[in-house]
Amino acid sequence: MSVKQLSQMSAKELLAYYQAKLDEEARQAKANGKLVCWSASVAPPELCVAMDIAMVYPETHAAGIGARKGALDMLEVADRLGYNVDCCSYGRVNIGYMELLKEEAMTGKTPEVLANSPAARVPLPDLVITCNNICNTLLKWYENLAAELDIPCIIIDVPFNHTMPVSEESKAYIADQFRNAISQLEVICGRPFDYEKFHAVRQQTQRSIAQWNRIATMSQYKPSPLNGFDLFNYMALVVCARSRDYAEITFRKFADELEEKYKKGESAFKGAEKNRVAWEGIAVWPYLGHTFKTLKNQGSIMTGSAYPNIWDLTYDAEDETLHSMAEAYTRTYINTCLDNKVKVLRGIMDRGKCDGVVYHLNRSCKLMSFLNVETAELIQQANGLPYVSFDGDQTDPRNFAPAQYDTRVEALGEMMDQAAQTAGE
Amino acid sequence: MEQNVKTLLEQFRTIAANPKKAVEDHKAETGKGAIGMMPVYAPEEMVHATGFLPVGLWGGNRPVSKARTYLPPFACSIMQQVMELECDGAYDILDAVVFSVPCDTLKCMSQKWKGSAPALVFTHPQNRGLEAANRFLEHEYAVLQEKLEEVTGVKVTNVALEQSIQVYNENRAVMREFAKLAAEYPQVISAVDRHAVFKARMFMEKSRHTALVRELMEAVRASDPQPWMGKKVVVTGILVEPDGLLSLFDELGLAIVADDLAQESRQVRVDVPEGDEAPLYRLARVWQNMYGCPLATDTKKARGPMLQDMVRKTGADAVVVAMMKFCDPEEWDYPIYHRQFGEWGIRDLMIEVDQEAVSFEQARTRLQSLVETL
Repeated sequence: MSVKQLSQMSAKELLAYYQAKLDEEARQAKANGKLVCWSASVAPPELCVAMDIAMVYPETHAAGIGARKGALDMLEVADRLGYNVDCCSYGRVNIGYMELLKEEAMTGKTPEVLANSPAARVPLPDLVITCNNICNTLLKWYENLAAELDIPCIIIDVPFNHTMPVSEESKAYIADQFRNAISQLEVICGRPFDYEKFHAVRQQTQRSIAQWNRIATMSQYKPSPLNGFDLFNYMALVVCARSRDYAEITFRKFADELEEKYKKGESAFKGAEKNRVAWEGIAVWPYLGHTFKTLKNQGSIMTGSAYPNIWDLTYDAEDETLHSMAEAYTRTYINTCLDNKVKVLRGIMDRGKCDGVVYHLNRSCKLMSFLNVETAELIQQANGLPYVSFDGDQTDPRNFAPAQYDTRVEALGEMMDQAAQTAGE
Repeated sequence: MEQNVKTLLEQFRTIAANPKKAVEDHKAETGKGAIGMMPVYAPEEMVHATGFLPVGLWGGNRPVSKARTYLPPFACSIMQQVMELECDGAYDILDAVVFSVPCDTLKCMSQKWKGSAPALVFTHPQNRGLEAANRFLEHEYAVLQEKLEEVTGVKVTNVALEQSIQVYNENRAVMREFAKLAAEYPQVISAVDRHAVFKARMFMEKSRHTALVRELMEAVRASDPQPWMGKKVVVTGILVEPDGLLSLFDELGLAIVADDLAQESRQVRVDVPEGDEAPLYRLARVWQNMYGCPLATDTKKARGPMLQDMVRKTGADAVVVAMMKFCDPEEWDYPIYHRQFGEWGIRDLMIEVDQEAVSFEQARTRLQSLVETL
């Protein structure tokens, strides 16, 4: 693909192009005997990218399988291995996929389930890296990957911030782990760590994040040129390529397109947007279209979600103590106390000029569900906006009932209409 | 002497069933209150050094109703119970509650405490092999100590802390000895009684508990151990409650010859190391030295080999996995050691633990078929 052709692509085309390219790079790396690492979605990629290791992101991969309706086959494999249906469905889909790859590697035959799966083909890892800034499940899941494949596991542990701001002691501990991971990588790769490239990768990461944040600001406009559900799709690159220019190029293009739209007075919503909602929680990937359309059909647009905002990993790339980078990776809102979580969500609702909130009670994610009641109450006390909650799951389609979702969202629509009417009187 | 054993076991059962009385007695006797200790691990020595009574908060056996407002059905059974007790005001006799947050559910629980006493939260580091982790935890403990001093009005001196460490190390050693003794005398110490001795530990000042356990062990040893005609098992999980579930072991002649339960032996697995370092630092080292628990991250997954070793040393016929409903750290460990057991030829059986349960027919059927096929 020439530079000229790339420059002619729309953001949507760039997104698809780079996603496919990343998978291909991982496959090529494996074929050429280079290292492949499976990584938690908000673990720092800077370290591995500096060592030219090909990266694969199981959460994004599992979400993709879910969105392509291929989750059940993988979940059944995990079931057979003894994984309880109560465990995170991202984790179970990935463990199922890993098991099939393992079987293929050991027997030389591709299992039928794998051959027929809509899953993007990615290679088995040579190492894994995890970080618990979005849940402790990622510690257990990666422990198991490392054990099942007998490969090294790099851990970046970011202690839960029961008090904010992040303590200096916590930053020092995390920064020490970065240094420890560097020495682990030197041993795994069999060569000295490339500090110069590490510096350049940190700078690249910040350029990508700056463009990511630029996109998010577009939902402040009324009507909004940005449909919040698009962020769920573009998230794939902030996860998988934030330390590469792929993310920067795509996000810049998307932000430019949105700016252009805004200047022309165009809205993301076809027709008049009646009200604007915030979405709290992970998307329901197998029903992404349904969840979006139900809102759309009643005139609601999503203009605020703290979930994509998790990747606002802004830090000082010149800080050689790495404390700034440590702070960025530990301050994810679900790794902080309730007060801070509420503050972050309120800020997102304010900026998105939201009229109500949809809370996803996610069977797969205890951390993003068990504080929903308190969060909703505190936010409503502060801004008086209506909210509803629905039962769902990020990738297990059996845990989502479209009818319940529709009823709840309709109820929210009525409450928002009522509030608008009252305000207008 | 046999009568003495019975009286002592009855004493443990009474204490285990009456935490409120334990708090009231401690207050009457010392003028000092009590501090709740949420599961799973905390430097209890620090609370002991204030003279306040540390009280374990490991759920109960109530019908869950009020907690439903605050927790969805997929929260673990023990936290449903804790939430119910919070809502009922059962913990309002406490002066504070110490919260560790080694799983996602506990992180959330620490932020939605409904009791009137303040929640004092600290975080365990999970990259436990690193010295930086010890230093981080030492600092967390220092902050916790300050908060405890504020609540109790007692300054925790290093002298007091060293004394408490000694008391606790002694108690842990005695409990490890007791677990071995219970394996030798299953006819004398039933599964229900064994649990009561461990549970009473959560509501008693530890030097008293140590003394009472010693007294019990001496009384038990007065008779010779008898050959056991039933089967022997190792249990692993968070806990085995309520007593109705445990009594199935007794009914079916399954002796618990060792446990790997968070509520029981995991609490006494690791001592505070001796050495010249400051007591807070050595308390932090306990977490580094912890092993075989799904809440203490371990990329080597040593739990399977640890259980294998326990089976070998005790001559157990099988491992019973007491799976706390909706406990994902436990659920994530299971497939790995279950596969390993298969490779090693160790029998295992999983039963579900729900503290709210009143009927145990499913567990009975499963345990019965285990006994029949062993």
